Amino acid sequence: MNWADTIIQGILLGGLYALFAAGLSLVFGIMRLVNLAHGDLIVLAAFLILLLVTALGLNPFVATIVALPIMFGIGWALQYLVLNRTLGDDILPPLLVTFGLSVVIQNGLLEGFSADSRRISAGSLETASIQVGPFSIGTMPLLTFLSAVAVIVALNAVFYRTSLGRAFRATSDDRVTAGLMGIRSERIFATATGIAMMVVTIASLYLGTRANFDPTQGPARLIYAFEAVIIGGLGSFWGTLAGGIIMGVAQTLGAAINPEWQILAGHIAFLLVLLVRPRGLFPRAVD
Amino acid sequence: MALLETRGLMAFYGDFQALFGVDVALDEGETVAVIGANGAGKSTLLRSISGLLRNAPEHIRYEDKDIGALAAPDVVRLGIAMVPEGRKLFPSLSVEENLMIGKYGRSGSGVWNLDAIYDLFPVLKERRKSPGTALSGGQQQMVAIGRALMSNPRVLLCDEISLGLAPVIVKDIYAAFPRIRATGASIVIIEQDIGQALKVADRFYCMMEGRVTLTAKPGAVSREDIHAAYFGAHKP
Repeated sequence: MNWADTIIQGILLGGLYALFAAGLSLVFGIMRLVNLAHGDLIVLAAFLILLLVTALGLNPFVATIVALPIMFGIGWALQYLVLNRTLGDDILPPLLVTFGLSVVIQNGLLEGFSADSRRISAGSLETASIQVGPFSIGTMPLLTFLSAVAVIVALNAVFYRTSLGRAFRATSDDRVTAGLMGIRSERIFATATGIAMMVVTIASLYLGTRANFDPTQGPARLIYAFEAVIIGGLGSFWGTLAGGIIMGVAQTLGAAINPEWQILAGHIAFLLVLLVRPRGLFPRAVD
Repeated sequence: MALLETRGLMAFYGDFQALFGVDVALDEGETVAVIGANGAGKSTLLRSISGLLRNAPEHIRYEDKDIGALAAPDVVRLGIAMVPEGRKLFPSLSVEENLMIGKYGRSGSGVWNLDAIYDLFPVLKERRKSPGTALSGGQQQMVAIGRALMSNPRVLLCDEISLGLAPVIVKDIYAAFPRIRATGASIVIIEQDIGQALKVADRFYCMMEGRVTLTAKPGAVSREDIHAAYFGAHKP
């Protein structure tokens, strides 16, 4: 077994988990809302891309670009019409509603697409690889990782360099005073969820081209995403990327030792980080 | 015709009634002080005008429109900006970002921009990269005032600017008001400490237990009359 190779594969897999997690991190950072349907929304986006690929014959990357504004709209409407009504001092309503939403999406997908496992074909890219020194690196895993880094850079730029980002942070700090500045928090929240759904769409492209998926896979993606966010520290996008990488490396190392240990190794890494750094590796602020 | 006025304003916190038919008016270019003891309803009055508390539409008139029922973000867009009690800077934002967020809803046409604010409060320019909450209380108050000015408001509402600040700092901050007035803004100042407020105001209202008990020009009434209206003490 080649350890260096295994670790590289783990880091690249971590990019996928960071993509799962970045949207969750954004939404939690701004409105303290844990969206339990996040994983199912990833699977929903994967089916949307699959639909565009099969029905319109689009290339998966083009289909993703078409899906981005659609998913933004779904996220915006979901937040504005449904989730905003659940936000308040009590943390239970958003958990219950998003849990219910998770069940609805799963069963809706089962009705619409059946329980068959599906796959988005990326053609010859799937098997292509690049030789870097002694290592052979898959083109798709590399693209996944580079996309994750690009998404994190873009989210940071929006969050810290734009007027919208200032409004995100101000609303997160103090919703009432933000209102005095002319910030309509309901729309800010809707925009945040819309952006999170765009990240979800990018994640779903790589989920769907990497392996088979079916309507019941959402909750497991949610758990990986959630663990990556917590490992990284709440509110830090680079922390989320680090969290994803730690999850990815732990899982590939676990799988290299014994295939049965793949999932377990990721959860153990999560628990170890929590044991040593209960607030994650890079917590942004005292919450 | 007043720029902003309340007509028989009633305000409630649940079943508790805080204002019992308050009539105040603010003319274009005027500075009005509202004074009163703790619990007199001053802050409730400002919270009602700024949209933090929703009221009956016709109870608050601005530019000939009923605005009593509008939410805070809509009120700012009309040109009424508020310096909230306790300053309420955003801890995640730097001083400069706190100022910039002031023009999120409305940038208005007027003289106020970052440079003008730094000119008004030069110390803020030196600290512009610091987190807003790392500043002293007086500097934070300057940021809060600058943040409200960034929207180039027609009406500036100031809630308890002197609260928790040393008298010398309060004096510094009030020294900025003539320059703010000179840009044409109309100002409402709420204070418990009547000294500074009456110095800059053209007119004042005194409130007690949710009602206006006295309105006059500073200097036109005796200290005893103000005391009576402020504390409800009876004249001998």
